[in-house]
Amino acid sequence: MTTLHAVFDKARAEDRAALVGYLPAGFPTKDGAVAAATAMVEAGCDVIEIGLPYSDPLMDGPTIQDAVHRSLTNGTRIADVLRTVEGVAKSGAATLVMTYWNPIDRYGAERFARDLASAGGVGTITPDLTPEESEPWLAASKEAGIDTVFLVAPSSPDERIARVAACCTGFVYAASLMGVTGARETVGSAAEGLVKRTKANTPLPVCVGLGVGNGAQAAEVAAYADGVIVGSAFIRRLLDAPDEKSGLVAVRELASELARGVRR
Amino acid sequence: MTATEGTILTSADLAGNGVHGNDPDVHGKFGRFGGRYVPEALIPALDEVAAEYEKAKTDLGFLREFDHLLRTYAGRPTTLTEVQRFAEHAGGARILLKREDLTHTGAHKINNVLGQALLTKRLGKRRVIAETGAGQHGVATATAAALMGLECVIYMGAVDCERQALNVARMKLLGATVVPVTNGSQTLKDAINEAFRDWVTNVDHTHYLFGTVAGPHPFPEIVRDFARIIGVEARRQVLELTGALPDAVCAAVGGGSNAIGVFHAFIEDEGVRLYGYEAGGRGAGTGEHALTLTEGSVGVLHGARTYVLQDEEGQTIESHSISAGLDYPGVGPEHAWLKDTGRATYEGVTDEEAMEAFALLARTEGIIPAIESSHALAGALRLGRELGPDAVILVNLSGRGDKDMGTAMKYFNL
Ligand SMILES: Cc1ncc(COP(=O)(O)O)c(C=O)c1O
Repeated sequence: MTTLHAVFDKARAEDRAALVGYLPAGFPTKDGAVAAATAMVEAGCDVIEIGLPYSDPLMDGPTIQDAVHRSLTNGTRIADVLRTVEGVAKSGAATLVMTYWNPIDRYGAERFARDLASAGGVGTITPDLTPEESEPWLAASKEAGIDTVFLVAPSSPDERIARVAACCTGFVYAASLMGVTGARETVGSAAEGLVKRTKANTPLPVCVGLGVGNGAQAAEVAAYADGVIVGSAFIRRLLDAPDEKSGLVAVRELASELARGVRR
Repeated sequence: MTATEGTILTSADLAGNGVHGNDPDVHGKFGRFGGRYVPEALIPALDEVAAEYEKAKTDLGFLREFDHLLRTYAGRPTTLTEVQRFAEHAGGARILLKREDLTHTGAHKINNVLGQALLTKRLGKRRVIAETGAGQHGVATATAAALMGLECVIYMGAVDCERQALNVARMKLLGATVVPVTNGSQTLKDAINEAFRDWVTNVDHTHYLFGTVAGPHPFPEIVRDFARIIGVEARRQVLELTGALPDAVCAAVGGGSNAIGVFHAFIEDEGVRLYGYEAGGRGAGTGEHALTLTEGSVGVLHGARTYVLQDEEGQTIESHSISAGLDYPGVGPEHAWLKDTGRATYEGVTDEEAMEAFALLARTEGIIPAIESSHALAGALRLGRELGPDAVILVNLSGRGDKDMGTAMKYFNL
């Protein structure tokens, strides 16, 4: 199992940013997600976030909503998410689960943390869990030995960044812009300042997500962040592909392009 | 009435530093319910709204302006109507209707909307967005936006756009943009998701004018405070009419704003029983209902911990109700708390029972109620038979039924 710590150490040693890819479990199919994530790792992703599909993804734009809806229609359950993590972790990437809070709350925080750790998962990203409500999850994660990643946003004042960062282990997720997930023409201009302000408040690595979709943008972000997070652009490739095989080829191409970007 | 009496704060509240009997803690918690489960990007905006509201609610200028709008624009105080012919079907108990249907725009939603629209101006924001189910909150928001010169966008599930087509037309006429939401169940819950997505994108110049006592802190508290005029007036009116407090107060519960609005002034009156009626749809056990408090379990939806219709893995279960305004798988956290503490009782009323009460009130009293409010009427019929002929029951008639004529025409083959 590769830890986040090892990932960022290695990237730093190679004088580059880490590449983080996101895919929801069960999309395009249960096995297809493992195959796609494995291709992403082979082509250069250091970290994979497996999305836990949720019925009310209020932070997600149309692309991820579409993928998540398909996944739920495919009957994806939490057991499938954990199996997906297990499959992807074998590829050698540090594998996280990205999830809204309610599925963990319902499953049981301790049970989820334990089961995720047994599946080879190294942590979670929880976009709607605020520091005020995080206590049960921080305790359960610590007990299970997994990392907790929370988000900061361009609107976050410094004292809020400090508060969020204090809940994080592994890295801090900086949302590049005010908005929902989805590839954009340009990465938010607020991202660089946010990374600076975050770094002033924590020794942890800071990764930038939301809106990154190509190699040039990855290079731009890699210049100031420790990691570059890409989700919707991968999903777009899979949605647009006529069949699963060409989808895998497209995903692999994008991962290679991004991997070159973070090394520029 | 003085400026502070009867609006969000009574003069008695002000004497007690504005603290109501039932306020949430600093994190917006009512017991274990409420709080904030939202993207971090929205926290500063929620803090800003909460801070501005804290200032506004003890600012006499703000309270006077709100009071003035309620009286000269919304048509407050609304009257209390005793319905004797209707009550004959309730075992002879006395039934008194609080007539929110007579407010401008035709539902209790206008109270909260006027308060939040004033707050929007205090916040220096020029655009409001809102979700709507029945379209009443959307119409009220579009109305206040027109009045105050604010840009207005309303998110409404595509299914609801169809069953409340009249209200879609009203919103458009009032100058609002109506965005039909086609994902998920295409009803209120998905409209709320979409409104949150808009808010996180446009939060610098936009206020999310939330329409019920659900959602993240401080919305449950703000919406309640702007709606509590209903109960403050009704309590005084019932006392004047009968010389005593009512035995029970009945209200329909969707997100819970009209119910909290009428309950709140009675919370400390121990002898007054509080009854909330949820949409039973096709019936408990059919899987086609909106029985959040009576059949749901504790979870997180739309930013708050509360009762939710969810499966064993925390996925939201789609609700069903003939009434768009009650077709919601969540409920305000204060209701969850009132349920757990036993202060209020929550029961289901099926589509069929609600439609019977709808027709009965029309035929016996010449009042066509909203289908939402008809759930409370059906509950009162049931409760009256239980409590007997000496009982006095106050029912919040939260809105009028004009918007529901399409549904009624289909249901009754009119
Ligand atoms: C007339 C009327 N009553 C009740 C409701 C339900 O909302 P709440 O439970 O917030 O009062 C609505 C919602 O649209 C409504 O229009």
